[in-house]
Amino acid sequence: MTGLRYVYAVCRPFDAALQSQLKGVAGAPPRQLRHHDLIAVVSEVPERDFAEQPLRAHLEDLDWLTETARAHQSVIDALTVVTTPLPLRLGTVFRDDSGVRVMLEAREEGFRRTLDRLAGRVEWGVKVYAESEERESSQAPAKVSSGRDYLRQRRRSHRAHEEMWENADRFARRLHETLAEFAEDTRLHAPQNSALSGVPGRNVLNAAYLVPRAHSEEFVELVDRTKGEEPGLRVELTGPWAAYSFSGEGGETGEGGETGDSGGAATGAAGGGVDGR
Amino acid sequence: MTFPSRVPEPYGQNGSANLADILERVLDKGLVIAGDIRINLLDIELLTIKLRLIVASVDKAKEMGIDWWETDPALSSHARRDELSRENAELRARLAELDDGGLRREPEPAIERGRAREEPS
Repeated sequence: MTGLRYVYAVCRPFDAALQSQLKGVAGAPPRQLRHHDLIAVVSEVPERDFAEQPLRAHLEDLDWLTETARAHQSVIDALTVVTTPLPLRLGTVFRDDSGVRVMLEAREEGFRRTLDRLAGRVEWGVKVYAESEERESSQAPAKVSSGRDYLRQRRRSHRAHEEMWENADRFARRLHETLAEFAEDTRLHAPQNSALSGVPGRNVLNAAYLVPRAHSEEFVELVDRTKGEEPGLRVELTGPWAAYSFSGEGGETGEGGETGDSGGAATGAAGGGVDGR
Repeated sequence: MTFPSRVPEPYGQNGSANLADILERVLDKGLVIAGDIRINLLDIELLTIKLRLIVASVDKAKEMGIDWWETDPALSSHARRDELSRENAELRARLAELDDGGLRREPEPAIERGRAREEPS
């Protein structure tokens, strides 16, 4: 019967009500836990699933993970509609309310700073995919009558391949520069593995942009304008997300080892993609 | 306060949001806080989770070149057909061997005989 506290996000107090139907992780409705001028959005989760050991085991269960991740994200989404949440990673669990309060008390300063920085901003995700593989394979089955023809064809396809990547790289860099100029902050994330995402084409840019909510429409238009600009390249926009990719640093600046580590992990994951300039 | 002026329509995220996109953010990003029962995704190998996710899906694992079940006759009808034809070929070869067995077996004893002759000297 004992329940633990699952924490979704930290935010400033807000008046707007969350959707009444909203269910959190493990089905319980999220509620607000206020501490000074901060709020933790929490819900109760059963110990049998969320104590350390069972949680670890669950994380390796695709169905469980999918369901939990979607539930987590739906609460964050709902919060993003009414305020600017500082989203926590999946699986942040405390024993009870007082544990959450202690955490809020200890990190109050950092939270306030980060929340101020993120206030009124949302994150947009932009990905560029190169769809070379498919095009190549459709060209390949041309019949060759001689060895020389074969080599010629090999060279042609090799060159086309090369050009394709140069082109994709150029396009991704240019797009990133344009969007970065518009955005307040950016993060380059590791390209998504198509085996994991199930999305066709090779992911050549996987970036996140921090954009004031008020300027989001312009940002979306900016991205839309580049769609279909280059044949063989696909631009994908997701969002608005809570500022997941930008929520790390607040604690990073002088708040003890454990947060420093988190920053390190975030940067590690952000490697790859288009190299920074 | 920080109330949003207007929320743009969600893009590619409503309901059918790409699971990879959600996991990427929910698992990899966001603020990490060690809870008081020390559940902290920091020390859980995210890479391991991802690999397991890939392997969890057969189609996707195939893309990664993990295709052992394709060659296991117990799991794949295609492999079963292959197995049959392989067996068939093997049997034919052995049959052929037996057919001209008399001719082929000749040289072997000859060598042995030769060796046997050499040994005493």
